[in-house]
Amino acid sequence: MIEILTYPFMQRALVAALLTGLIAPAIGTYIVQRRLSLLGDGLGHVAIAGVGLALLTGSAPIPAAVVVCVVGAVIVEVLRQQGKATGDVGLAILFYGGLAAGVLMSGIAGGGTGALSQYLFGSLTTVTGSDLALIAILAVLVLVPALGLAPQLFAVCADEEFARVQGLKVRLYNVMIVVLAAITVTLAMRTVGLLLVSALMVVPVAAAKNLVRGFYSTLVCAMVVGVLVAVGGATGSFYADAAPGALIVVLAIAVFALSWPISILMSRRRTVALVLPELVDDDDMDAPHITAEDHPHRHVEGCGHPSVQHGDHTDFIHQGHRHAQHADHYDEH
Amino acid sequence: MRLADRHATAEGPPEPVLAAEDLSVELGGLPVLRGITMSVRCGEAVALLGGNGSGKSTLVRALLGLIPAQRGSVELFGTPLRSFRQWSKVGYVPQRSTGGLAGAKVKEVVASGRLAHRKPFVPASAKDRQAVSDALRAVGLQDRADAEMAHLSGGQQQRVLIARALTNAPQLLVLDEPTAGVDREHQQVLATVLAELVQGGTSVLVVLHDLGPLGGLIDRAVVLREGRVVHDGDLGELVAAHHNHHGHHEVEEPVLDLGFLDGTVER
Repeated sequence: MIEILTYPFMQRALVAALLTGLIAPAIGTYIVQRRLSLLGDGLGHVAIAGVGLALLTGSAPIPAAVVVCVVGAVIVEVLRQQGKATGDVGLAILFYGGLAAGVLMSGIAGGGTGALSQYLFGSLTTVTGSDLALIAILAVLVLVPALGLAPQLFAVCADEEFARVQGLKVRLYNVMIVVLAAITVTLAMRTVGLLLVSALMVVPVAAAKNLVRGFYSTLVCAMVVGVLVAVGGATGSFYADAAPGALIVVLAIAVFALSWPISILMSRRRTVALVLPELVDDDDMDAPHITAEDHPHRHVEGCGHPSVQHGDHTDFIHQGHRHAQHADHYDEH
Repeated sequence: MRLADRHATAEGPPEPVLAAEDLSVELGGLPVLRGITMSVRCGEAVALLGGNGSGKSTLVRALLGLIPAQRGSVELFGTPLRSFRQWSKVGYVPQRSTGGLAGAKVKEVVASGRLAHRKPFVPASAKDRQAVSDALRAVGLQDRADAEMAHLSGGQQQRVLIARALTNAPQLLVLDEPTAGVDREHQQVLATVLAELVQGGTSVLVVLHDLGPLGGLIDRAVVLREGRVVHDGDLGELVAAHHNHHGHHEVEEPVLDLGFLDGTVER
């Protein structure tokens, strides 16, 4: 355990992994709340164009990727706000255009796809000191608004119209979310890689949703899961000689798989009150009145039969039927 | 507007807190609202009635600036909508949809109602937390603060959305079909909550499909039909008009199904 900390390249790798594990699920919580789980994946494709551009011009890849990815993210969000990104076709063209442009530019630069692959799948052990400094700056840049503006961002993601009636600058916050996501994607390209970064944004959040209740608890729990799998994956890859990015994502999915039975156990204990809406149409048609035959048993709360809220009353589930009390008898519902 | 100003105009009709003048709205190129002129005066409880597709919800959304108007003007508290900034005076209760809020806790949802008061990067103050617990108590859900929204019944979710709007102690409360999908018993609870607010001087604009238990606290009804105002007056007139139409057979259709009034039309 201590052995791996003696290698400077592993120290840098572990810090980079830790920062990625902290940031990706933080912004991922908002992305998932807005039901844009695949946004990170798309932005990863756009970032490839930035890496290609850096290879072509001989500049540093992370800054170039940040700029290209942020510009792409803002274009996506503006198209969405103007209602022009209908049918996802515009987004698809932007995303695959980014991938194609990146591959082309990398080829012209003479590196081919091989030069790209360390960004596509991550190359944690080649993180340099200056890379790490940049990653740390970007991480702070993402983390401060992601946590400091959590109430505002939550309101905008959960109920955009209500947020607008609160006088919040909803457009600005929406742009902020995609820009933060774009920075996160580029920040993570050295650790998990551009093709797998979206997993680290989404999977810890999905696991956290199974483990805890409430938005803020989910945010914190997702960040804890993210750090655990990122650092665990980086460490594991050292000993198992495996690809760190892939191992991190596999670990995250393993945590999600484990969280599933836990959530089932927890929801049992919570006895989820299922509510069946009463289907009453505008044309005043009443449901047929069918009485249960010969019913000596009296249903009460805790009588052993599971109950379900049905419109304004309670139905008891009895041998595959739903029984509702009506005057001195039970109706079949 | 300060409280003193409100009473200063007590001689004439109270000033409108919400006024629309010749408002026209198109959605997807189709005219949905045509030349709507209406107002809610200070302390008044106004119901916005009409059948499906009459434009009730569109009107409410246009009044709050959520959708743009093609023509006409809206004023909130005497300020044109475009330059209106005092959003903490307005409480909005949108149509219930659990989509984005399903995984959130009740207290988190209600706390987001305080954002008009809060500054970015500043944590919630003791006053903010007090406002949240007061609002939850007002709707009788103080013991469900830590429950997840998805685990509440429709009526309880509706009360959470009302509590969220109440955290600002708004002077104008706008509710979009708060009784839709809520059983009769919980509609009664909602009516009690709203009646207390109206008693306390809050102006209310409520979109309703049928009056139901809320009918008792309504001062005036605005009835929409195909995007136009077909009635604007007190409920008594509305009932009288309805009976006149029946007596004389002059009008083919009544302005409003009487079921709206006694609540026999249900959704």
